[in-house]
Amino acid sequence: MQVPILKQGSYLIASIQAVLSDADMLQLRDDLADKVGQFRARGVIIDVTVLDVIDSFATRTLRGMVHMLNLRGAETVIVGIQPEVAFAMVQLGLTLEGVGTALDLEEGLAFLNQKTKVHAKPAK
Amino acid sequence: MQSPPNSEVRVEVRSTIDIVTARQQGREQAMALGLSSAEVTLVAAAISEIARNILDHAKRGEVVFSFVQRGSQRGLQVAANDQGPGIADIGLAMQYGYSTRRGLGVGLPGAKWLMDEFEIESAVGKGTKVTMRKWVKDENSQLNHSR
Repeated sequence: MQVPILKQGSYLIASIQAVLSDADMLQLRDDLADKVGQFRARGVIIDVTVLDVIDSFATRTLRGMVHMLNLRGAETVIVGIQPEVAFAMVQLGLTLEGVGTALDLEEGLAFLNQKTKVHAKPAK
Repeated sequence: MQSPPNSEVRVEVRSTIDIVTARQQGREQAMALGLSSAEVTLVAAAISEIARNILDHAKRGEVVFSFVQRGSQRGLQVAANDQGPGIADIGLAMQYGYSTRRGLGVGLPGAKWLMDEFEIESAVGKGTKVTMRKWVKDENSQLNHSR
């Protein structure tokens, strides 16, 4: 199942709609890496609210995806990790070190605004 | 037709899509048993890891779910069986961060942490069998009751 990627100003929002297979996740990584260039995006939000489990493979893939997008020049934040999912990740000893996370879409936008402020035009 | 409550449910694991199927099946079984939603997620995560382990090491195998009873305790048993190469050194395989392949080395020890019970049997050249269980805690029924 393909993940829709929406453009919102200079940001891209990838909103995962259903549980993803490994192949879907790798596809999302490649799509985002392409679209960041295509739309010259400064930031990316990956919404994982619907994911019921983030296992070792998903963690490794998300981590790689975020680092890759950072290398392409887009700040990236993962939003919507559910409390149970976070609990299971902690139990598994999985970390998203070096990866920005935020509660939800709103906080994710605030996170990106903060992070990309340096590049933005001064307000006054 | 509804299957009787004590029957086993099997999910064949041959490709990464089957990991999702196994996890969803496990989630349904765990919910039917009355595990809390946090525990259901832990079980689903453990299934994900052991199913992935089958694919990574044996290419194919199966995950079998069944309800188990011990005294007054009820639980969900998840067994992962394969006829793969087997594990020569189980102690090493159970070490966190040890991986023979591209994995994080989280799979087996991680699954053990997520479940209440975890057993592993393996014979080189014959295969591996992982059996793990999650028991319904008394607090859950009390919590549900007081709601």
